[in-house]
Amino acid sequence: MRILVVEDDPILSDGLRAGLGLGGATVDCVGTCVDAEAALATSAFSAIVLDLMLPDGSGLDVLRGLRGRKDRTPVVLLTARDAVADRIAGLDGGADDYLGKPFDLDELSARIRAVVRRASGRAAAVLEHGGIRLDPGSLAVTVDGVPVGLSRREVMVLAALMERPDVLRSKAELEERLYGWQEEVESNAVEVHVHNLRAKIGKHAIETVRGLGYRMRASA
Amino acid sequence: MTSLRVRLFAILLLATGLIWLSAVAWIYLGSKREVEQVLDTRLQEAARMVGSLVGAVGGTTSDGTPSTFPGPTAYERQLSCQIWSLDGRMVARSSGAPERRLTDAPAGFSEREVDGETWRVFTVEDAEKGVRVMVGDRLGLRERLVTDLIMGLVTPALLVVPFLGMLIWASLGRGLRPLRLMARDLAGRDADDMSAIDAGRTPAEVRPLADALNGLFLKVEAARRHEREVTAFAAHELRTPLAGLKTQAQVAMATTDPDVAKAALRQILAAVDRTTRLVRQLLDAARLDAAGESPTLAEVDVGALVAETVDGMRMPAGVRTLIDPGLRGYTLRADAESLRLAVRNLHENAVHHMDAGTVEWLARPDGEGMLVRDEGPGIPAEELPHVTTRFFRGRHKSATGSGLGLAIAEMASRRSGLSLRLRNRPDRPGLEVEILRA
Repeated sequence: MRILVVEDDPILSDGLRAGLGLGGATVDCVGTCVDAEAALATSAFSAIVLDLMLPDGSGLDVLRGLRGRKDRTPVVLLTARDAVADRIAGLDGGADDYLGKPFDLDELSARIRAVVRRASGRAAAVLEHGGIRLDPGSLAVTVDGVPVGLSRREVMVLAALMERPDVLRSKAELEERLYGWQEEVESNAVEVHVHNLRAKIGKHAIETVRGLGYRMRASA
Repeated sequence: MTSLRVRLFAILLLATGLIWLSAVAWIYLGSKREVEQVLDTRLQEAARMVGSLVGAVGGTTSDGTPSTFPGPTAYERQLSCQIWSLDGRMVARSSGAPERRLTDAPAGFSEREVDGETWRVFTVEDAEKGVRVMVGDRLGLRERLVTDLIMGLVTPALLVVPFLGMLIWASLGRGLRPLRLMARDLAGRDADDMSAIDAGRTPAEVRPLADALNGLFLKVEAARRHEREVTAFAAHELRTPLAGLKTQAQVAMATTDPDVAKAALRQILAAVDRTTRLVRQLLDAARLDAAGESPTLAEVDVGALVAETVDGMRMPAGVRTLIDPGLRGYTLRADAESLRLAVRNLHENAVHHMDAGTVEWLARPDGEGMLVRDEGPGIPAEELPHVTTRFFRGRHKSATGSGLGLAIAEMASRRSGLSLRLRNRPDRPGLEVEILRA
């Protein structure tokens, strides 16, 4: 899961990068409306965490621009103003959820997972395919009821594939979801993660479509 | 509490009474003079009339006693007449006249006390007939005549006074109605109803009061709005660092990586420092707000104040402070506490916008104030007019800024009667702030 955090406070922004990262997400942080527009224009995100009061404008403007482009990326608003009118303006402006500062990091993570799940049209929180269960909250993975120890990146690759099991995910798409801008991506990183995953959850769980990408193998 | 109605009532009644009294006095004096004149003329005429009726002295009765002749009935009580021969015998007297001689004056008007009453007497001497005719009336009677006249005037007036009082009282009530209505309108208001009083309905005399109240309402409303805005901004500015603190604390607790935990703890420390400064600035701003308009101005040694203020502050490794020797002993007329606030916030502002470089405090060569300049990025020209607005944070805001520092510096300078001028340095990137004598 790749998340864009639009927050001008450096300490909070840094905290969100680290905190949401602990929850298995890749986080990119920007501090202004202009930078947010630029980030949204160049990369796809699973969700956006948006502060309302930004130095060069209101987060609501970014939100309106996003919805104006028919971009349905889920958005969680963060704001220090918790007047009801502000909440209504935020939700009517196209936000999926709303949190007042200061908030609980775990609650923010849960809300982000919820809006992402809703956006992908799933009802259940836990991803299931064949005998594999992935809980996005705890990042715990079991195969036929037996817990499997996976690295953070491995869980993220698996989650990306399991969200829409029948859809092909290209290598570039997976890379983008795994790595933020500042991170160096080794050219064969995705292949390595998929290889390791197969070793841990079963050789035939993930199918490779040569030249196109990866998907979960239809369960027998 | 003094009642305007009672006061006006008393004034009006007193004034009316005074006017009436003066009128009565005037009428009294005027009438008295008039009555005296009329009665004196009457005396003269009566004396001459009697004189013309009297025959020669030889007409005395044979027994030598003076004859009494009856006077006209209307004169009976008021006028008395005596006829004396020139050699001092009483020839005749009217029925009511005293027996003693009314006057010793040979002719004309005279006054004399006879039998305990003062008489005014007119004497006519007729040498041919050898008689002296004296006609007199009692002054007491004259006095009573005037008094009766005055009483005739005053009695109805006194009877009218209660009615007049009632009329004045009722009229005052009617006349003061607009004031009462305004008071009722104001008394019935909610505490936050700051709408203007309808000036069209108020009479001209109450208009200044209504206008003054409307002006006050506007000021109170503006102050309230300002307070609400400040509170909203303060909430925002406090909650964001608190959110940062909480998030970093949760990261520190959740992570298993000691490096991540350490970084988070460092961030927590920074957040605490920053929140501490923010709270201090909020309190400073609140104190400046509350301090009002009565600073204690004195000549302040600016050099010493800057040195003292700057000394106590923690500086980043790369930043140093230079205080111009020309500032030593330089004085400005200011409120020392306010000026200290201004200096501290300007210095902090300068330091927070620089990674490395020098913050310089200088006296202006023309002696009109002092200035501080830094080697930070400066402020974009279009943001310069806004940076002294509370909580305004421009594009070059520092990571730890609150948007309050320059606002406090401006407020504090203004309180000291000084003005703040901000501009970007012409020689290199950086901000230059001047504190100028007004």
